[in-house]
Amino acid sequence: MSELGTMVFGLVLILAAVGGAALVTWFERRLLGIWQDRYGPNRLGPFGVLQVAADMIKLLTKHDWVPPFSDKMVFIFAPTAIVVAMLLGFTVVPFGPDLYVIDLNIGLLFFLSMTSLAVYSVLLAGLASNNKYALLGGLRSAAQMVSYEVFMGLSLMGVVMLSGSFSLLDIVEAQRDQWFCIPQFLGLYVFLIAGVAESHRLPFDLPEAEHELTAGFHTEYGGMKFAMFMLGEYLGLILISCMIVTLFFGGWLGPWLPPLLWFCIKVFIVICFFILLRAAIPRPRYDQLMSLGWKYMLPLALFNLVVTAVIALAMQGQG
Amino acid sequence: MFKSLTSQLQTMWTILQHTFTKAETVQYPEEMPYLAPRYRGRIVLTNDPDGDERCVACNLCAVACPVDCIALQQGVRDDGRWYPQFFRINFSRCIMCGMCEEACPTNAIQLTPDFEMCEYDRQSMVYEKEHLQIKGTGKYHDYNFYRVAGLAIAGKDKGEAQNESKPIDIKDLLQ
Repeated sequence: MSELGTMVFGLVLILAAVGGAALVTWFERRLLGIWQDRYGPNRLGPFGVLQVAADMIKLLTKHDWVPPFSDKMVFIFAPTAIVVAMLLGFTVVPFGPDLYVIDLNIGLLFFLSMTSLAVYSVLLAGLASNNKYALLGGLRSAAQMVSYEVFMGLSLMGVVMLSGSFSLLDIVEAQRDQWFCIPQFLGLYVFLIAGVAESHRLPFDLPEAEHELTAGFHTEYGGMKFAMFMLGEYLGLILISCMIVTLFFGGWLGPWLPPLLWFCIKVFIVICFFILLRAAIPRPRYDQLMSLGWKYMLPLALFNLVVTAVIALAMQGQG
Repeated sequence: MFKSLTSQLQTMWTILQHTFTKAETVQYPEEMPYLAPRYRGRIVLTNDPDGDERCVACNLCAVACPVDCIALQQGVRDDGRWYPQFFRINFSRCIMCGMCEEACPTNAIQLTPDFEMCEYDRQSMVYEKEHLQIKGTGKYHDYNFYRVAGLAIAGKDKGEAQNESKPIDIKDLLQ
């Protein structure tokens, strides 16, 4: 793509991602409603879609309050960080054979680093708020992210080994014959759980945990800054779904339909799955979260890594 | 680990099956919920079959009321019949428990299956007698307190009430 084309595509991508995130907030509520035998927001516009606009108007017109006891600079910076990090993560996602902002040869690492950067947002928000609940939320989030980051990266190394590249385009191309969800099902399982924890969505929303910490790290946030956190969270959800599709379900690959459509369908299904997780599974206790991460997920990721390496080497020896 | 995993998968499957169950929600303003005939909602004061007010201002409802939301003042008509000079129910306090209805000896105070009484002004929740009084008899069509009560009022002497015999002069043995 030309430079201008890339810029235009980047702009379209930002708009689509933000719009998509806004739409997912509505879609999630509708879907949760269906699964909980109720309707969800269905009043405004067709199927209640305009609920998004109503929420937006409400959040935008709210008093943009900065608590006097907070660390003001950091307090304002924190919510922007998560949105920027998540949007940057979208740059490496290949939406089709030619539809991407940039094809980095370390695309996967770039994605991992961007999701890790999002931790700073939560952490700084918790610190800057100067509030017990926010601090607890920040603490939890730091520990959770650090422990889940470890095997999130490790779980993807099997994919890298099989495709022989960190570039997401190459990884998708390597799945022409077989999607990686079959040979790398353990990797998929670990990455899925790490992904939920990374985007701190239910059931791993311990940094927020409304029932214990009022609202965790964003207790002191309201109006537009709160909206930024929510935007970041939903962008994270979409980004993780995009990555799962790219890494394990063949990205844009698929017969008959155009590549972009295939990609969108797959991402949609994964998002539905994430919402199902939220509807079905209760939040674990904090120590359960930690023990799940270190005692089960990390060994599982390592096991997957070793077995994949052995098989890959054996196949290389034959071929 | 595996036990909890299968249990969680089972939960997810159960939730997924709920895609095909109907929502329990009653979409209220468009779709009215069913209210039983004995539903306890807005309180009214009823008239007896003759069209006279039933309430005799005995204050039993105000005594029975657990939240003290009923206030009334007893007055006496020329014919000796009691009536409330004012009758006031503060519906912002009322808990629709129906104790007043049970306490009422004349079936004057009754609860109706109407709950739509939202107001913008809190003061509008205080209902006076003219707001409470209805023309009809409510749930009890034929009941008239003074026609069954032994009390004498103008136009009805003692012993003339329904199911009542003439009073016995207990001193007639002395004559």
